[in-house]
Amino acid sequence: MTDTSRRPGTSAPDGTPPRRSMLNDAGVRAVLFQIIAMAIVIAIGWYLVGNTLHNLATRNIQTGFDYLSREAGFAIGETLIPYNATDTYARALWVGVINTLKVSLIGIVFAMLIGVVIGVARLSSNWLLAKLATIYVETLRNIPVLLQLFFWYGLITEVLPAPRQALQPIEGVFLSNRGFKMPAPADHPAWWGALIALIVAILAVRFLLARARRIQAATGDRPKTLIPSLALLIGLPVAAWAVMGAPLALDMPELRGFNFQGGISVSPEFAALTLGLTLYTAAFIAETVRSGIQAVGKGQWEAAAALGLKPGVTMRLIILPQALRVIVPPTTSQFLNLTKNSSLAVAIGYPDIVSVANTTLNQTGQAIENIALIMLAYLTVSLSISAFMNWYNKRIALVER
Amino acid sequence: MTAQTIPEKTAVERPPAATVGPIAWIRGNLFNTWYNALITVAIAWALISWLPGLIDWAFVDAVWGRAAPEACKAAEGACWAFIREKYRLILFGTYPYEEQWRPLASILIFVTLVAASGYRKFWSRKLVYVWGAALLLICLLMWGGVFGLPLVETRLWGGLMITLVLSVFGCGIAFPIAVLLALGRRSNLPIIKALSVTYIELIRGVPLVTLLFMASVMIPLFLPEGLNINKLLRAQIAIIMFAAAYLAEVVRGGLQAIPKGQYEAADALGLGYWQKMRLIILPQALKISIPSTVNSFLSTLKDTSLVVIIGIFDLMLATRAALNDAPWRTYFAEAYVFAALVYFVFCFAISRYSQWLERYLGRGAHR
Repeated sequence: MTDTSRRPGTSAPDGTPPRRSMLNDAGVRAVLFQIIAMAIVIAIGWYLVGNTLHNLATRNIQTGFDYLSREAGFAIGETLIPYNATDTYARALWVGVINTLKVSLIGIVFAMLIGVVIGVARLSSNWLLAKLATIYVETLRNIPVLLQLFFWYGLITEVLPAPRQALQPIEGVFLSNRGFKMPAPADHPAWWGALIALIVAILAVRFLLARARRIQAATGDRPKTLIPSLALLIGLPVAAWAVMGAPLALDMPELRGFNFQGGISVSPEFAALTLGLTLYTAAFIAETVRSGIQAVGKGQWEAAAALGLKPGVTMRLIILPQALRVIVPPTTSQFLNLTKNSSLAVAIGYPDIVSVANTTLNQTGQAIENIALIMLAYLTVSLSISAFMNWYNKRIALVER
Repeated sequence: MTAQTIPEKTAVERPPAATVGPIAWIRGNLFNTWYNALITVAIAWALISWLPGLIDWAFVDAVWGRAAPEACKAAEGACWAFIREKYRLILFGTYPYEEQWRPLASILIFVTLVAASGYRKFWSRKLVYVWGAALLLICLLMWGGVFGLPLVETRLWGGLMITLVLSVFGCGIAFPIAVLLALGRRSNLPIIKALSVTYIELIRGVPLVTLLFMASVMIPLFLPEGLNINKLLRAQIAIIMFAAAYLAEVVRGGLQAIPKGQYEAADALGLGYWQKMRLIILPQALKISIPSTVNSFLSTLKDTSLVVIIGIFDLMLATRAALNDAPWRTYFAEAYVFAALVYFVFCFAISRYSQWLERYLGRGAHR
């Protein structure tokens, strides 16, 4: 369909050259048009760059990325890699990138889980459940996500008590206005052993499923996979953990001074951001899941029922594979939206890339470089997510003759 | 089987299970399988244990009407008195108190216009003129300075009006740009196509926050010395740039849905590119993409709340400002619920309208 704007009449039907001016020739006009467009863009760019250079010079703003190797001089509340105020701006920005990735990754996983549950719940034959899911989707979709973030942040910092009076819903878990504290297993090689065993178990399960598929294709009988898979997934890590010494020691959070020490801690900013982004995006994912499942023809359910398949098996082997084709592309955009919305962190003070770059910008005055770095970071993340999801989409897409 | 084998006694057979009436409805919709029964019981239990508390908080124990912060402190429920005290700040920002009928009138004009534009009956060329006249009237009302209306500078504007201005103008101006970008993206002139694709992908790949930062710190650097665009306009430019990229993809979707035959027919008639687009392709493409366009407007309305980050006094920031008053600090939930309600009314109306429109426009397709 791309060649449709080729103009008719580039040459007269009878073969004689058309008697018209050069300007009426479609080919010439196309070139001319593009030259003009290019010229306008270059002229605007030239003008803006000229102004900018002049302004930078008169305001004594430095240019270039030299500042990246200078000492940042500001502290960052939460970091996954070691960082302190004497480190460079480059490292500070890198901490911001990692924080953005952390929030996005955790957000995507939870949003997907909640979204699928809510989406399926909206289709439930249980009236109460379906209505509740609808209310959830309609409410959360129609309120700006920033407002929701402020709400959750307010809830955590204003309503929860100070650390001294922290709520303790389960032994060892503390909820206070300084965030959440959970006991963590004390560092011991056995935990790493269990992690490696889990990865091995996942690979083994994949092999098991592939074998089951092969046998089903060859003989029509599908060997039972659920129980062996579960046994592998739970058994292997537990066995590894037990063999390597079965450590039970936990690093319990303890109140020392004004705050808790030890254990896993979740800051109020991170909690509010993850909660807000997850619940908001889940509402959108729920809609794509619902429409995807509804897009699968009723006949597919009926055909499966006629073959004597149980509803669970029908869902897993017949409906979901078809629904996924409809679900994956819009869900990709939702993942991207969640990642981009994580930039709202700057509003509640979570040190993501935008927040760190903004601090850097205020300290160095180098607006262009910092904003370019933020854009570069997001473009890289966005393009990677879409590349991965496109690969996945291609894998599950309908192969037609 | 003979007739005798059917005894008369079968007349006392039990009546069939009800298929109508509330009991049957409950059985069919809440307890049709064992797991649904379980879910129903669990939800009912959760509702029974949560709902009364929520209702008490929001209505029964709440402080309504005018009241001092102390009265709220004493009460157990929500403090709606806070909203009563601050609603003008939240809706109109720092616009001079005496003159607040002006933004109110402007909001009403805006809402009426947008609502009227939704009806098929009013879709005609006249609507464009009405919009033009109304926008002129709104500008007159908001700025003043003539007809005895005192001048009010944009830096005093705030609240809901800013939110509406940013979203209505954002979408209105972004739309024609989006159409051009979409045409550019589908063009077979390589340079035009490359320019459009670069613009769309660059803008869509970064968060709006970045563009807003760019607008607030970089636009002043781009402009010649001495020329200063005010903050509101800069934010508006960022929103237009952002909305245009997203709308362009919506329009492109519409363009892609037009069968090749339409292009060929237009070519056969000897129409030039612009004639072909204006008379044949765009009217159809835009019609197809109307529901997605409306959804795009909806997200733009929600996205305007991000201008908080660069300190524009929209509905969201006005709500935060209301919370800065020390004695009322703790009533953040009430403030956010109120603001959420305002956003919800607008957004829910738009989303319902979009669904209606989809059915309405789809009528012809399913004869």
